[in-house]
Amino acid sequence: MSIEVNGTSYATDENGYLLNLGEWTEDVAKKLAEVEEIDMTEEHWNLVNFLRGYYEEYQIAPAVKILTKAIANEKGMDKKDASEFLYKLFPKGPALQACKVAGLPKPTGCV
Amino acid sequence: MSKKIVVLGGGTGGTIVANNLRRHLPKDWEITLIDRDDRHIYQPGMLFVPFGIQKANTLVRSRKKYILPDVNFVIDEITHIDPDKKEVKTKKHKFSYDFLVISTGCKVVPEENDGLMEAWGKNAFSFYTIEGAEMLHKKLKEFDGGKLVMNIAELPFKCPVAPIEFVFLADWYFKNRGIRHKTEIEFVTPLPGAFTKPKASAVFIESAKSKNIKITTSFELNAVNGKEKYIESIKGDKVSFDTLVVVPSTIGDKVISDSGMDDGIGYVPTHHNTLKALKHDGIYVIGDATNVPTSKAGSVAHYEADVVVFNIMSEIHGVKPEEIYDGHSTCFIVYSKGTSSLIDFNYKIEPLHGMFPAPKFGPFSLLKETKMNWYGKLGFEWLYWNVLLAGRHLGAPPTLVMAGKEVG
Repeated sequence: MSIEVNGTSYATDENGYLLNLGEWTEDVAKKLAEVEEIDMTEEHWNLVNFLRGYYEEYQIAPAVKILTKAIANEKGMDKKDASEFLYKLFPKGPALQACKVAGLPKPTGCV
Repeated sequence: MSKKIVVLGGGTGGTIVANNLRRHLPKDWEITLIDRDDRHIYQPGMLFVPFGIQKANTLVRSRKKYILPDVNFVIDEITHIDPDKKEVKTKKHKFSYDFLVISTGCKVVPEENDGLMEAWGKNAFSFYTIEGAEMLHKKLKEFDGGKLVMNIAELPFKCPVAPIEFVFLADWYFKNRGIRHKTEIEFVTPLPGAFTKPKASAVFIESAKSKNIKITTSFELNAVNGKEKYIESIKGDKVSFDTLVVVPSTIGDKVISDSGMDDGIGYVPTHHNTLKALKHDGIYVIGDATNVPTSKAGSVAHYEADVVVFNIMSEIHGVKPEEIYDGHSTCFIVYSKGTSSLIDFNYKIEPLHGMFPAPKFGPFSLLKETKMNWYGKLGFEWLYWNVLLAGRHLGAPPTLVMAGKEVG
């Protein structure tokens, strides 16, 4: 499978995750978000950039718990509000949907 | 080099590594293993305790007894790791090292889940500690019908197949007691399926269906309400229960986060294939303490031990560590007292059908409920205490073997 952005074709896996992390650009992210029916706001971009930074540093997508903690710290929210905030941005789940837009491989959870 | 190796944590991974290194290295290498207590728990057995299949006191043995005498075993609380100074502090001592092996594991923290402690031991239970498993055993003995819910609070958690085994065993147990017809069983998970790997997930969902076990997926636990007997997800969905069995939130050891070496939840960022700490030289990480994307399970710690020993030996001989580990994991999945399934997989290859460990002959069948697999599960306990912990080899490589597996 693949997606088309500005006349260039980018390979994805069968679930629509970008195969080559290095091919990610903001335009590619916009296209991936469009497929997921997500309107990218600044908050979306912040999260996507956090995910990419984390992946670069740790070579793995962060657990949802890490995302929630980071948001709770940054915004001064409690855990529940931070979780709700995350799900508002990416309704199908921050792990699956946000990682897709960020160009990371599909998270495998703990198994 | 001062020739000192320090191993933190004497569970499955730490014990195997310490023993194995002791066998490989000459006497001028000093190997120290530190743990807070002398209680080695055979963790796979905890699943059996609630159903009365195994007694809790048979699961605990002395760590010291399984550590070679030439390994310096220290019982003390580890308080700080300083990767720059290459030094570990405990309450009473200080240890310097050339190589450090972190095998500090992970633990459940029910106090992190809203409302769980209020219901703890009343109508909410867990079998992830010895004490918890015993409490649940008492509860299940008194159980006289109603709704049993098995919930996984969040990812990552330890032994991803255990909750599935728990509901299968509950089905068997309640049938045995003649109360299955008045018992509802529901499995509530944050995962999008019964398991993350598609083929195995499909098999487990089919098995659950045939046992009349309801599966609710993509449920991120927000709070437990023991008084009104329901759990609520972040999205606001509710699942009611009479008895709740939960895998609480799980985090890595406090000393990892206190030393500023963790990924945010207590696990050490670890190279997926060399098992070296990503940010520190001279440190290897093994078992539940790593953040590598495979199961937090004993088989993983065991396979990783071989790789960690190999790479430390390589570095001692001036060779770079090799990218050997592939995420290999092997797990029995018990269906009832007398039958079990088995899965074998790695980072890239999902569990497949076939025979294990020998092609055609097995004797174990993959992704299939058989009696032989159950005997394997039972026999494994002996193997664990008498062969594996000693760091002896079974003749198989630590990585996944494709022979015997059905592809496609």
